[in-house]
Amino acid sequence: MLKYHDTLEFDANKPILVMDKLCKNYQLGSTQLRVLREIDLSIHSGEYVAIMGPSGSGKSTLLNMIGCLDRPSSGDYLLGGQSVAQLDDDELSNIRGARIGFVFQSFNLIAQLNVTENIEIPMYYQGYSEQESAERARELAGLVGLADRVDHRPAELSGGQQQRVAIARALGNNPLIILADEPTGNLDSTSGEDILTILDRLHSEGKTLIIVTHDEGIAT
Amino acid sequence: MLVFFRLKRTVKLGLKSLWMHRLRSTLTALGIIFGVSSVISMLAIGEGASRDAQEKIAQLGSRNIIIKTVDPPEEKSSAGQQQTLKEYGLTYTDAERFRNAIPDVRVIVPNRRISEQALYRYKRVSVEVIGTVPWYPEISPVRLQRGRFLSSTDMHYKQGVCVVDNRVAKELFGFDDPLNQYVKVGKDYYHVVGVATEQGNTPAVKKLNTEEASAPKNGAGANTGAIYIPLTTVKNRFGEMSLQITGSGGKLEKIELQEIIVQVRNIDQVLGTRRSIQTLLARFHKKNDYDITVPLELMKQARDFQRIFTIVLGSIAAISLLVGGIGIMNIMLATVSERTREIGIRRACGAKKRDIIFQFLSETLLLTLSGGILGIALGSAIPLLVTHFGQMRTVVTAGSLILAFGISAAVGITFGLYPAYRAANMDPIESLRHE
Repeated sequence: MLKYHDTLEFDANKPILVMDKLCKNYQLGSTQLRVLREIDLSIHSGEYVAIMGPSGSGKSTLLNMIGCLDRPSSGDYLLGGQSVAQLDDDELSNIRGARIGFVFQSFNLIAQLNVTENIEIPMYYQGYSEQESAERARELAGLVGLADRVDHRPAELSGGQQQRVAIARALGNNPLIILADEPTGNLDSTSGEDILTILDRLHSEGKTLIIVTHDEGIAT
Repeated sequence: MLVFFRLKRTVKLGLKSLWMHRLRSTLTALGIIFGVSSVISMLAIGEGASRDAQEKIAQLGSRNIIIKTVDPPEEKSSAGQQQTLKEYGLTYTDAERFRNAIPDVRVIVPNRRISEQALYRYKRVSVEVIGTVPWYPEISPVRLQRGRFLSSTDMHYKQGVCVVDNRVAKELFGFDDPLNQYVKVGKDYYHVVGVATEQGNTPAVKKLNTEEASAPKNGAGANTGAIYIPLTTVKNRFGEMSLQITGSGGKLEKIELQEIIVQVRNIDQVLGTRRSIQTLLARFHKKNDYDITVPLELMKQARDFQRIFTIVLGSIAAISLLVGGIGIMNIMLATVSERTREIGIRRACGAKKRDIIFQFLSETLLLTLSGGILGIALGSAIPLLVTHFGQMRTVVTAGSLILAFGISAAVGITFGLYPAYRAANMDPIESLRHE
């Protein structure tokens, strides 16, 4: 079982994410919908990748696949040198908890929890102690500029602030990859800029980011 | 340790989301509160009634066989003309026959029971005169408190002595010491040689005794208590005739004994001896002027009846608990679909299916267990009220508390498992998209 403190030993020259002829089909009634067709993808550590395409092109499906929320119909997927294509549900949950940080378009914070408690969610499932995770959550809140809002509920925050909480949450378990699905989609341009600045900073600190967007400005 | 911390945090989380919906949680828990408290109070009432009946019967003695004189049904053959003297009932010969013909008999106690007025100074109360033998205390729960009981010398010389029971002592003598006083019963004075306890201390026993008092000619229920006088003395001074004034005129009756109590050595000889007595009496009594009561049989009947009673009460209560459980399941299903998004987020953040199950199950359990604890409090209070206002005995047993608590936990798990399972098996992608 993977634990947050497991240090991953892998060759820096090898990609941390490799997809080999990955396919995903959906069965819709009698017809088979082939959403992903033999995707080959490799991403190295520290890369900042933007996935672009019109709606319905399978961006979200690909993102779900990268985020281990879904299993491919065929092909192979190596994450950090480990094949995850045929893992069972518990193991996939573990991988998500330990290696992936999600940032969603609609923030997806839990309404009844405050800022730190929201940030603590992935740490909770990774077995951090209460004290440890509370400390780390405060630290991360400071990192995204919300040190003075830690006791607020999501409803008391602006959209940009909520998205910053979501980024802090994604960083909680020190993931290999941060997946951002249209992170600025629900935000006004100023807040969106703020978010992109934070993501850029993370990239410059050596994080691997994969961002799905249809805004060409972000991609470049 | 890790498990403990997790548990603590899960409970905290559960309390938080229950607190978010206070009204909903309270209403849901109410179902369990009422269910649990009704289980406890129903069982307490059942248990109380059962103990009452058992004690009542135990007072009569489980090794005893009580044969009583009853007024035989009127014989129509005597051509409408009523007999002037009616002679019936148990006789001294019967007692003699029991002693000679029936094995396993330990003690035989023949009794006279007469309702009379007792007078001390200017105070008059009605009492039940029990003409009995010195070994009467062996077969009855009556115990001597002070002085002595009747002796064989009293019997032999037909002495005018008596033993009064507590209530007579209190009602008739007040603050005087009854010992060595003289009390007038009927036409004669009797020397009080002892004070005994009452026949039964619980009201229920009193009720039973008065109901079954053999010859309630003057309304034995009105008697204050009992005065024990040697059987021979009673025979001598009161005679065996009694005159009953009815609407059409007088009716003269002759009864030798009102009851004979036979005690056997072992409890398993009771039923056999009862049959022997039955046969013996049937041979010598032409009229059906006796009635045999076996407390052991009554005890068995009461036990059977109580079991049915408890089952019925328990099932009614269990149904209310079931309804409460269904209410909980309903609410939890609503909660799960309301929190679909949260489930998706938690799954994306690394929660396994069993983490989700654990979370929702612990919420349900918190609801049912707190409902169970409150239900136990309420369920222990209701029997007190029933006892206070309903004059009914109730017994809350530790077993019923544990049972009720266990049931509430079981209800929580049973009715919480399905919603939790549903929550855990939602597709994370779908639930993240859920609005």
